[in-house]
Amino acid sequence: MTTTQDEIPEATEDAAEHQEYRSLGQDVWRQFRRHKGAVIGLAILTIIVFAAVAGPFLYPVDPFGINVPIANQAPSWGHLMGTDNLGRDVLARVLVGGRISLAVGFAAMLFGLVIGTAVGIISGYFRRWDGPLMRVTDLFLALPILPLLLVVILLFRDSLKDAFGPSLGIFILVVTIIGLTSWMPTARVVRSDVLALKEREFILAAQSIGTRKRNVIFRHILPNVMSPVMVAGALGVAVAILTESALSFLGLGFPADFPTWGRLLFDAKDYLQLSPMRVIWPGVFISLTVMSVNFIGDGIRDALDPKLRSL
Amino acid sequence: MARYAVRRLLFAIPTLVGISFILFVILDLAPGDPTGQLPLTIPAETREAIREALGLNDPFMIKWLKWMQLMFINEPLHLTGELFNSCLGDCEGRSRIISWSSRGPAMDTIIERLPQTMWVLGLALIFGIIIAIPVGVISAYKQYSWFDNAGTFFTMVGYSLPTFFTGLLAIVIFSVWLGWFPSFYKTTHTVVWTDWSSIVFQFKQMIMPVTVLSLFNAAALTRFTRSAMLDNLNEDYVRTARAKGLRESAVIIRHAMRNSMIPVVTLIALQIPGIFAGAIITEQIFRINGLGQLLIVAIGQNDIPMVQTLTFMFAVLIVLFNLVADLMYGVLDPRIRYD
Repeated sequence: MTTTQDEIPEATEDAAEHQEYRSLGQDVWRQFRRHKGAVIGLAILTIIVFAAVAGPFLYPVDPFGINVPIANQAPSWGHLMGTDNLGRDVLARVLVGGRISLAVGFAAMLFGLVIGTAVGIISGYFRRWDGPLMRVTDLFLALPILPLLLVVILLFRDSLKDAFGPSLGIFILVVTIIGLTSWMPTARVVRSDVLALKEREFILAAQSIGTRKRNVIFRHILPNVMSPVMVAGALGVAVAILTESALSFLGLGFPADFPTWGRLLFDAKDYLQLSPMRVIWPGVFISLTVMSVNFIGDGIRDALDPKLRSL
Repeated sequence: MARYAVRRLLFAIPTLVGISFILFVILDLAPGDPTGQLPLTIPAETREAIREALGLNDPFMIKWLKWMQLMFINEPLHLTGELFNSCLGDCEGRSRIISWSSRGPAMDTIIERLPQTMWVLGLALIFGIIIAIPVGVISAYKQYSWFDNAGTFFTMVGYSLPTFFTGLLAIVIFSVWLGWFPSFYKTTHTVVWTDWSSIVFQFKQMIMPVTVLSLFNAAALTRFTRSAMLDNLNEDYVRTARAKGLRESAVIIRHAMRNSMIPVVTLIALQIPGIFAGAIITEQIFRINGLGQLLIVAIGQNDIPMVQTLTFMFAVLIVLFNLVADLMYGVLDPRIRYD
């Protein structure tokens, strides 16, 4: 993780001298480490994920403990990020909120990625489906996503709350709708890759020995489109976290007792005069997460590009 | 060119019909009863009569077709009538989409709110382009220079900072701590062009929302411009242009930049829903009473016709902006005009 700069030229010289066998994974990792921003991003993301997962155990302050006499305090040693309008510890709330925000980000990304990859492979591989599926993709790209998400949440919130309970219900709703509205870029990239792959000799060979279509897709096509899918996945996490925060910020995401980062911002914005620092913390966490994920996405893209790797 | 424009315009219609269908499916699938918020003292048969009068018992396709008639025929007729101060068709008895909360035509409220949104959004888009294109071009031309490194870092930061954070940050710094600008937008303020102080006030209250939104737009655009320029600067035609002795500025501006704008325009078109989402959030932060704020209020009031019409209007605006991007595409790339 922590690679110093002077290690890198040494490693490349080594490789040039010995010409030792290296696997694709090692090659990719070596190239990834050269992208300074991506390495720093990976380090920051690891720290944030660790803080969100283990933080509440290491910092055992109740994020829901109301203590009105100490409300609206500025950061101090007792409360590192200060307290909110009900005297709750902001750091504890940011740590707990990170769990939900990150969970939504990764779950929605996976959901969107599965849909996008499936649509991309089907429309790239099966000619008959290409036209209709691409029309649907174009239609989804022209949808006013944010208004639509708000409408869907308004209409379905209560029934899902009744069915799965307040936290799980909203979680399922938010993950589903973000996934359903963020698959289009993945589908387009995967489709264009599959269209090119389909004409290659190894696919023709696989088809000519009578491999079933399902196996051609899963054994030969899918592994070869993994690199654009991984880049799309990294960017998808960023988009999902931002969308969830935007929904919570507009007051239509998670309910008040589930402090996601966006919800914390939403709650803090009414106390800008009293405790301006309350806005900074969740905002910094959202921005840092999104930024490191974007840098990691850049790093993966460079690392998987064979033109750059062979240098 | 005109034929191309008309063809693109005709392509927009099925898209809009498709979007209205998706909207309708969502609203139809939604559980819950629109008469649920009426007082419980209303007897069951009256409630049923209300449902009947609202047309809630019609089958799905009938409801959709009725709404399409309102949206695609009645409202445009009314609008053109208003525009030319005349009466088109049955302008007295024409039914329109009525908001449940204001009891007035939803479209009238939307027309009232449209200018605020378009001002902020349009200025932010223009400033974003004015910042992004030179920065992107210079970054690519001097790749890996300090300017490029700084530019790349700042665009990454700008791309990652959500508007709802930068907006609040701007308020904390410039309104709370420094007190330079008002923290909310006063829509009742009318600009009198002869009164200097009213112009200054308008400028002061526009500066924060427009800056926040244009920096967000500029970040994405700079990235696109830089990578498109990088692709083009290594092309053979650039070398040819240099070899035949063209001035460097002509090589960059007339040859490389014009070709780079083609993918950039496509990417701008793909960004447009995101730009509208940014505008909705910015309106919410700075309390601008534009379309986004209207949507949030309508959602809070469960005003389904208003929400439906507004969402559809957002779709219309997005399709319209896409159309403009497509036409620009036709101007930039002469090859696609004739196919």
